[in-house]
Amino acid sequence: MRLELREITKRFPGVLANDHISISADRGKVLGMLGENGAGKTTLMNILSGLYKPDSGQIFIDDEEKVFADPVAAIRAGVGMVHQHFMLVPVFDVVEAVALGAETVKNALGTFDRAAARKRIVELSEQYKLDVDPDDKIENLPVGVRQRVEIIKALYRHSDILVLDEPSAVLTPYETEELYTIIRSLAAGGTTVIFITHKLNEVLEVADDIVVLRRGRVAGTADPKTATRQQLANMMVGRDVELIVQKGPAKPADVVLKLEDLFVRDDRLDMAVKGLDLEVRAGEIVAIAGVQGNGQTELVEAITGLRPADSGQITIAGKRTEKASPRAVSDLGVAHIPEDRGRDGLINPMTVAENYILDSYHKAPYSKNGIFDLKAVREGAAQGVKDFDIRTPSIDTMAGSLSGGNQQKVVVAREFSVPVKLVIAAQPTRGLDVGSIEYIHRRIVEQRDAGAAILLVSTELDEVLAVGDRIAVMFDGKIVGILAGDDATYENLGLLMGGASFGGGVAA
Amino acid sequence: MKRVGELLRRSAVPILSVITALLFGAVVIFLTDFEHLSKIGSDPLGAIGGAIGGVGKAYGSMLSGAFGDPGRFATALQTGNANDIGKAIRPFTETLVAAMPLIFTGLAVAVSFRAGMFNIGGNGQVMLGALGATMVAIGLNGTVPSPVLLVLTILAATVAGGFWGFIPGFLKARTGAHEVITTIMLNYVAALLVYFSLQGTNNWLRAPGSTSPVSKNLAPIVDVPNIISLPGLRLDYGFVVALLVAVAVSLLLFRTTKGFELRASGFNLTAARYAGMSAGGSMMLAMALSGALCGMAGGFLVVGTVGQLSIDLHGNIGFNAIALALLAGLRPSGVVLAALLFGALTNGGKLMGVQTGIPQDLLFLIMALVIMFVAAPGLIRGMWRIKAGKPPPEIAALPASPTSTSTPL
Repeated sequence: MRLELREITKRFPGVLANDHISISADRGKVLGMLGENGAGKTTLMNILSGLYKPDSGQIFIDDEEKVFADPVAAIRAGVGMVHQHFMLVPVFDVVEAVALGAETVKNALGTFDRAAARKRIVELSEQYKLDVDPDDKIENLPVGVRQRVEIIKALYRHSDILVLDEPSAVLTPYETEELYTIIRSLAAGGTTVIFITHKLNEVLEVADDIVVLRRGRVAGTADPKTATRQQLANMMVGRDVELIVQKGPAKPADVVLKLEDLFVRDDRLDMAVKGLDLEVRAGEIVAIAGVQGNGQTELVEAITGLRPADSGQITIAGKRTEKASPRAVSDLGVAHIPEDRGRDGLINPMTVAENYILDSYHKAPYSKNGIFDLKAVREGAAQGVKDFDIRTPSIDTMAGSLSGGNQQKVVVAREFSVPVKLVIAAQPTRGLDVGSIEYIHRRIVEQRDAGAAILLVSTELDEVLAVGDRIAVMFDGKIVGILAGDDATYENLGLLMGGASFGGGVAA
Repeated sequence: MKRVGELLRRSAVPILSVITALLFGAVVIFLTDFEHLSKIGSDPLGAIGGAIGGVGKAYGSMLSGAFGDPGRFATALQTGNANDIGKAIRPFTETLVAAMPLIFTGLAVAVSFRAGMFNIGGNGQVMLGALGATMVAIGLNGTVPSPVLLVLTILAATVAGGFWGFIPGFLKARTGAHEVITTIMLNYVAALLVYFSLQGTNNWLRAPGSTSPVSKNLAPIVDVPNIISLPGLRLDYGFVVALLVAVAVSLLLFRTTKGFELRASGFNLTAARYAGMSAGGSMMLAMALSGALCGMAGGFLVVGTVGQLSIDLHGNIGFNAIALALLAGLRPSGVVLAALLFGALTNGGKLMGVQTGIPQDLLFLIMALVIMFVAAPGLIRGMWRIKAGKPPPEIAALPASPTSTSTPL
């Protein structure tokens, strides 16, 4: 079906989230929607799926105007959403999870017609090569398959317009490739696909048309056959951005971080890091690439003293630290940019100033004998806000009310406000816009050039390739290969990240 | 000017909650005034007028019960007689007397909430404080000068209450035992400990010859000096100490690194851990401090206001303080104001009961409504058509994330 959104406007208190946005997608076409966080993509899709009502503007499906009172109306009109966070009941099997809320009944008593549902799911799975076993339990399925179940769920409800919200965020490069194939076969079958992302490669790869949103407006459209990454990035941000991190060659010096035969357990006490060896030298950036959930989180927590090591050795600047407290590690000159800044890095209901001193509040000049020197705190925070270009109304603003990029700048400003020997940066740019990513990367390279050892953990290949001097691929709790930054490509990293299961020649 | 505006914005919901609750209370008084309303068939206007008059009379007597009778003030001014002055200002001083222990327990709840802990054990901590004070007072009777003894009794109360609060803090930090369960259980243990020390053949603390479980009269042994020495007045320096402690708690929370750790852990335990703070330490400190504040309330009650340990000495101030601390937005200054309000309601309610026959339960109804409205700020904003402030009072979100009210450093 042909979809057209005409002059959609939606205002929230203080924000014009969608400002006269008009887009259209023809039957069987893939529309790539590109934009930074806060550009209005999600608001627009929530309007399309009936969650929000637009203040003005119209929705047309096959040139017929539609008004969606609620999400059910949108589903009836043929609009299906696959959200970033899956909406599947873990203990259900695929048939139950897909049919939930749209069950067919076989008699007056309302008995669920499982056979009919199962048959249709098998048909859909075969037609679009989704390769889903209808009898598997959701909780046993890998993330990539769960996503395909979500797609079946939408198709099961006769969706002719399918909206995919940041679908690749949770996938391995290999699974992402599979997703592209599925999207192409859906489009070939007549489904209109709206593909929302902030990754430039993906729209270039899979979209028939590209629309770029910026600050609630359509910043422009592009043809994937002719557009370049640079053009799209500039359109997204509204100025010239550097996609490539400017940095000179690394000058590796002494080993600052040394991990030997390290084993770490996760919260369920299963082994997550399984005999890991790694060295990071002063003046170099070692990037750890890997799909989420291969032990990176536990590794970082063990290095920073937040999680006990099960066995093995951690040496930071010549000192054994596998039993050290987080504060003792921090006192060795270790800066930690945690992977979930909202949960671990910031206290949202506290002010920018309070967050700025969060891990040095107990030291001079901010306090003496347990009493704060409020003047020093305010001056320090004001300096940090200035040095790191944190856009905040004041240092008394709640950290939680800042934008993601500025929140991360608060964390980075805090961590880099003291002399640093080792930087542990976990997903430092996750969810940030292109402009903020550029800024954070520059700061990290600055630390390297000043002589710090940097360990960067990221699931984004773009980031790993742009920043890493050496790239270590982590799979199933171990480093399965280390490549020099210049030798690494999407292909060889992707192969290693998928581990042995994709038949890769796993390098030692 | 900006600060005044900020203050108004922040206190709009609590103030309107109190006003709304009083209006609801008026409706209840009106609808239960059967004496007048029963005549509604024969004389509708008279019946309604009479019932409305009843509301006015009830709130009038509540006001004079809480703050004093204008007539008595006039008499006191004319005669200048000490007795008359005492009678005139007695209601107001009684309001302060009622507020004193509530300031302590309100601060106690505020401190624990700020640190992310739900201290339901105020009553038990008050009782243990009172028990500690009583034991020291009777045990050291005659061995030290009385000002020293007074200091020692209050100190004992603080330590005993603090210990009683430390236990759940310790259990939570070390074993993860939920403080709501442990504090409630410790309330029973404390109550039974006090009962045990006051009954049967246990004659050390027990009043000689009494059949009920009460202690000896402590007033002859040790007493908190009165602020104004006029006949019939009970207001003592415990109230002044309460105000000073409120200032101290405020300084602790917002001007010291320990207070920073408490608040940080209360808002976000993971981030506090990431910042190198000791989460368990903050829990134990907050609960011990909270218990110590409740213990002080017990101490000042038993050697000041009441002068005798009994099993119902706590008067439920540990529980009432939870509501009070929420009304106060977990700010020490707010706690003082809210305690004064609760004191005025309790105290004024007594005179209302005597003069109009309206049961004091109405006051509990009003207090409960105040809390309900404070916990549902959206309701109050809707009723009074005021716009939501930027960070809404997150009090409703307790106890998972105690407050949103962060004070800028």
